[in-house]
Amino acid sequence: MSGRRRGLAVTTWLYLVWTLVPVVIAVLFSFNDGRSRSTWQGFSLRWWTGDPEQSLLHDPTLRTALRNSLVLAAGTIAIAVPLGVALAIGLHRWRARTARVVNWTNSIPLITPEIVMGAALLISFDHLLTWVPLGRPAQLVGHVTFTLSFVVVTVRGRLVSIGHAYEDAARDLGATPIQAMRWILLPLLTPAIVASVVIVFASSIDDFVISSFLKADASTETVPVRIYSAVRSSSSPSLNALATMMVVISFFALAITMYVLTRIQRRRGGEGLRSAMGDVTQMDV
Amino acid sequence: MPGRRSPPADNRLLWPALALPGTAWLTLFFLVPVYAIACIAFGRVDPVFRDAIPVWNPADWQFADAGDTLSSVISGPLRGVFLRTTVYVVAAIAFCLVIGYPVAYYVARSSLRRRTWLLGLMILPFWVSFLMRLLAWVNLLEPDGWATRALDWIGIEQQWLNGNHVTVILGLVYGYVPFLILPLYASLERIDWNLVDAAQDLGASPWRSFHRITLPLSRPGIAAGVVLVALPMFGDYYTNDLLSRSPRTEMIGNQIDFFLNASRQKQKGATLVLVLSAALAIGMSWYLIGLERTRRREES
Repeated sequence: MSGRRRGLAVTTWLYLVWTLVPVVIAVLFSFNDGRSRSTWQGFSLRWWTGDPEQSLLHDPTLRTALRNSLVLAAGTIAIAVPLGVALAIGLHRWRARTARVVNWTNSIPLITPEIVMGAALLISFDHLLTWVPLGRPAQLVGHVTFTLSFVVVTVRGRLVSIGHAYEDAARDLGATPIQAMRWILLPLLTPAIVASVVIVFASSIDDFVISSFLKADASTETVPVRIYSAVRSSSSPSLNALATMMVVISFFALAITMYVLTRIQRRRGGEGLRSAMGDVTQMDV
Repeated sequence: MPGRRSPPADNRLLWPALALPGTAWLTLFFLVPVYAIACIAFGRVDPVFRDAIPVWNPADWQFADAGDTLSSVISGPLRGVFLRTTVYVVAAIAFCLVIGYPVAYYVARSSLRRRTWLLGLMILPFWVSFLMRLLAWVNLLEPDGWATRALDWIGIEQQWLNGNHVTVILGLVYGYVPFLILPLYASLERIDWNLVDAAQDLGASPWRSFHRITLPLSRPGIAAGVVLVALPMFGDYYTNDLLSRSPRTEMIGNQIDFFLNASRQKQKGATLVLVLSAALAIGMSWYLIGLERTRRREES
């Protein structure tokens, strides 16, 4: 029994090493002193700040990619989260046949491969919705479209567990539907909304296919698109620095979210960290 | 005082109003664009410039060009690409299960404290961009990379980054296995382990109790995980581009990317998108029918 258990433990730890160590090595190589991304030649900050032309700090293509990714993610959050929260609440309460059709429509993007969505949007921006120019506007529309369903799923999960009782109580005490939503439902939904923000952020900065299909030229490349176009050419470790920067930013976002969620859950008498992780992963941890 | 049983008229409009903007967005930027694919695939091609011209009215669709592309998929040059894609994805999913099942099982049976930490580590890959994770492997698998040299040292000498089937398959496994582990964990975590204990108390061997109890109970998780990784794998082209960039390992996604983005043969690209979507839709409905059947069996 314990032998099998040890075998499983070893498999799990080997798996974790296999998934995480390559990334750690890639981060390490952003500090390489030489031009190589595969042979270690000593430590330096050359590719971060030192090199006057090719470092992350000074290379305009890398800086543009970083800025594009962050602006796109911020814009996507600003549109997709309110839109998705409203859609989730609306669908949850609206008991008509139309609601079921909308609900169904909303779940299709979840199972649509990105390449299909990217192709569909590219074709329609070229031929039909020509008022959306390729580049940042098209990428923004694309990102909102594929993250919207994530928000709806996250918020609806929470709505189901909240139930109707609190809102009904508020209504019985004379609150209007809008008051009940503002003062009862939205505060109860906060963890789900915070989780949606971070899920949308992560999905947007991680996205490659849609950003790539809908880019206009090199000036609208995001970080993943930049990595894609530079990785097989003999580009310097500044590429690793760019990728590392993105990892740092998303871990930072995750840490802030976990902190906020833990605080909210503690104040409500939940179990803090574990409930917070449940909010983010959509699972019973 | 508005009572529970008679919803006042004022919120009859509130809920549809809340759902309206999101619904409009999805209609305009999802349903219409998907329809536009068909309008290009079954549309016309400019005889001089070879540009695709969409035909919006289904009554005017013509299927000859799309038919040519389809027959090239069934019996022509694209058949190899489709077969290769299927073989890669099936092999990658098999590897994902072999790696993912023991891991998910171990996490699900760990103590609460350890489980929280393990899960935290399991979700870390989701916070590292997919392209960054591929970049890491490209660096390791260069001819002078650390992984290449380590593998040389134990006697496996290969060109890893120029059209190597193994690299592409393992690249797919590396990229997508975290997505398989989470739903698998979620279904294993819900299993009532008393059932397994009972079986073993009654004399079942560990293997037999796994085979007869744990495995069947985790089947929904396996199915969900497989669907979750199969869909993006079938449309993946960047794993292949980064780790191989050779016609020998080309997948269907590479062809779609090529026709739509590089060669501007949009009509062919659009047709291939439809073929891929149709194939995936068939797979999906098979899964959904299976799900429905299980649910009904459990109810009766």
